Amino acid sequence: MNAKSSANAAALAPSRLEALKAAAVALVLGFGLVWIAGFAYPESVHDAAHDTRHALSFPCH
Amino acid sequence: MIARVLTTGVIAGLVAGLAVAALQHFTTTPLILAAEVYETAQHAHEGAEAGPAISGLRRTAATSVATIAVSIGYALILLAAMLLSGDAIAPRRAALWGACAFAATGLATSLGLAPQLPGMAETELAARQIWWLATALSTGGGLFALLRLDSAAVKIAGVALIVAPQFFAPQPATPESTAPAELAARFAASSLAIQSISWALAGVLVGLVWRLLSQEKEAS
Repeated sequence: MNAKSSANAAALAPSRLEALKAAAVALVLGFGLVWIAGFAYPESVHDAAHDTRHALSFPCH
Repeated sequence: MIARVLTTGVIAGLVAGLAVAALQHFTTTPLILAAEVYETAQHAHEGAEAGPAISGLRRTAATSVATIAVSIGYALILLAAMLLSGDAIAPRRAALWGACAFAATGLATSLGLAPQLPGMAETELAARQIWWLATALSTGGGLFALLRLDSAAVKIAGVALIVAPQFFAPQPATPESTAPAELAARFAASSLAIQSISWALAGVLVGLVWRLLSQEKEAS
């Protein structure tokens, strides 16, 4: 009984594992988009996103 | 699951981004353009160029695309945070996450680096970017410790995470803005308002779109 419940606790439920995978994908894509629009250095990206960077108070020059 | 998360992020971010881009057009962008007039006058005096190379409708379109990209990013980050912490994804809960995210990326960062118009005194860009990211992450972690974890020691560590970055803000030694103080003050207030609206809208829409897509999945 005890062994069974601890085994259950050790292995993540499939639905939880799926949620964690989806969260990891969303996190990487989300940070990637914010990085490109808010922080990336290439001049064309900076010029296009200039007004948004100032408006949303990302550091800009 | 991954498909539903990404669809929710894109739809919620797109709608929120369009709304925020429209607000920017009437609030922050006119102040940026006005500040550039002062900056250009100063630079012409010094013989240098100022401002980005895009103008007119193309500039409005580029700004809108950038704002939509940020909003989709915000929506995906909120979804990831709720999935990681095991929260149910619903409009009210997502809006609260958005409010905390605004406190981390908007309020905490503005204390050290106030929202800036073109032509204001500034320090090296990379240092400001690193401080901004570190402060947003540290404040977000601190808020999570304070609001969601029970141990007193962890809560104290949370307060330290919120307070500590403020001692290291890379502020310029002397103010040297070419923009009038009235413009800068209006810009700082508008920027904070726009940021809070971006996060709140992203949150509420993530909750609503997630609910719609989940109902559709159950019905089919």
